[in-house]
Amino acid sequence: MQYKSQAVAKPYFIAAIGLFIGQIIFGLIMGMQYVVGDFLFPEIPFNVARMVHTNLLIVWLLFGFMGAAYYMVPEESETELYSPKLAIALFWVFLAAGALTILGYLFVPYATLAQMTGNDLLATMGREFLEQPLPTKLGIVVVALAFLFNITMTVLKGRKTAISTVLLLGLWGLAIFFLFSFYNPHNLVKDKYYWWWVVHLWVEGVWELILGALLAFVLIKVTGVDREVIEKWLYVIITLTLVTGIIGTGHHYYWIGAPDYWQWWGSIFSALEPIPFFAMTVFAFNMVNRRRREHPNKAAVLWALGTGVMAFLGAGVWGFLHTLAPVNYYTHGSQITAAHGHMAFYGAYVMVVLTLISYAMPILRGRAANSNKAQVFEMWSFWLMTVAMVFITLFLTAAGILQVWLQRVSDTPMSFMATQDQVALFYWMREWAGVMFFIGLVVYVISFFIKGETRAVTQ
Amino acid sequence: MSGIFTKSMARNIFYGGTVFFFLLFLALTFDTNKEFPKRDNSQNLTPEVIAGKKIWETRNCIGCHTLIGEGAYFAPELGNVYQRRGPDFIKAWMQAQPTGAPGRRQMPQFHLTDTELDQIVAFLKYTSEIDTAKWPPNIEG
Repeated sequence: MQYKSQAVAKPYFIAAIGLFIGQIIFGLIMGMQYVVGDFLFPEIPFNVARMVHTNLLIVWLLFGFMGAAYYMVPEESETELYSPKLAIALFWVFLAAGALTILGYLFVPYATLAQMTGNDLLATMGREFLEQPLPTKLGIVVVALAFLFNITMTVLKGRKTAISTVLLLGLWGLAIFFLFSFYNPHNLVKDKYYWWWVVHLWVEGVWELILGALLAFVLIKVTGVDREVIEKWLYVIITLTLVTGIIGTGHHYYWIGAPDYWQWWGSIFSALEPIPFFAMTVFAFNMVNRRRREHPNKAAVLWALGTGVMAFLGAGVWGFLHTLAPVNYYTHGSQITAAHGHMAFYGAYVMVVLTLISYAMPILRGRAANSNKAQVFEMWSFWLMTVAMVFITLFLTAAGILQVWLQRVSDTPMSFMATQDQVALFYWMREWAGVMFFIGLVVYVISFFIKGETRAVTQ
Repeated sequence: MSGIFTKSMARNIFYGGTVFFFLLFLALTFDTNKEFPKRDNSQNLTPEVIAGKKIWETRNCIGCHTLIGEGAYFAPELGNVYQRRGPDFIKAWMQAQPTGAPGRRQMPQFHLTDTELDQIVAFLKYTSEIDTAKWPPNIEG
């Protein structure tokens, strides 16, 4: 570690991994409920499990982003963090708020939770991914602002690099667009329209800036390629991202009551959204091929390359699959959407956070890289989780194609539930692939406890 | 990408491109907002519908169902359920939950009053009359 204050990243990474485990357990519960409908009912109804599954994902990725920023920014800025104490205090605030929210979902009926937490003052709850009670939403804003203050002050007093600038832009964008979660008009069409300003402009907008910055940082470190080259690529990639992705929001506006012209704007621009992801894959492989050093952390290099490939497949290819309006007319809100969501989130955001953890965690623990044996475990976990996610996506895609056919295309359309019974086989296979993912996750956690010969940090 | 195309050129294109396309997005949003009254059925946003939307939200219906295609994919689409099932069926169905049928997906019992049931039905009726460019493809949702 070059700067003492980078150490604050460690608890963030540990919390991220802990919540990741929780997310996958609830994913397995939901997968089971898809085939054994009354599994754990009424203790954990599906909607509760889903809230926990998706909210844990968001929270642990935010922990990962914040940890990544605390690790990267001192090194990029060549100065200690503005306030390590603030970073540690925010960690506990965010963890406590996150834990209380999840416990609230699990142990208090949602309507009661809404009443207890001031939803009558300002109704923001009960919208997909934005289910958090008002105090949690306010807490996210407070933590985000204090975090951004800390990071921005650090950047301002030190060296300014393209990577830290792009990271800051992404993080500020994340905080600003979250403010739309407080806007919940009675008019359902407007509600949906601006709901996407949080959801789409996060995952297909500002989060991609964060993703690019994290990937560029790790690639500089593990390949030794000239910063000028890598930062130029970074700018090109994020230009492509925002040029396609901002108007690409339109692919959510086809059927929600917005004007028909969005079918054109959305189709054309979102059809171009795979390009930045393709560029990212080419970028990662290119930099590794042109490497000027053999970094001892092979696992981190594997995660970095994997991020490029899986983000392109999940966000790029599976996104394109159903983004054109005439196709989306049939696939909208089907298991095709679920297939895309799973691989895109894993390939882009889960993997980039794991890339950074893989690179930074050994250094935070006082060595350049983990022992060979520990890395072999980590690489096994990479393949288990990644292959499992490919299978989850393929099975959900198969279920989705059948669903669309039986329920929407056929001359004698079946009802929703009759269709679900027809595709149950694929839900079973998805559940088994989920078990495989969980095994991969267990191997991943074990890899942190494998000892062996290591080299000290040499920098 | 050699010497001719420099990092500062890439940076300038990034800022220029982002600002341009964000302004375009804002312009389209402005126009969309002007068009909304023609399609969004807001003339029927009665107090009853507004109360129904709040019930929809505070029971986390979106955690299992889709509404105009958005939400979870565990239970049927409800954007057009008013046409598919009609008001009386919807109310009777909600009162009969959970079915308790072994191995079948279960919907919780929300203990809604008669007034609240009318409100949620009013909300679903309002939703079903939004102009969704003929989505979904058929009545099954």
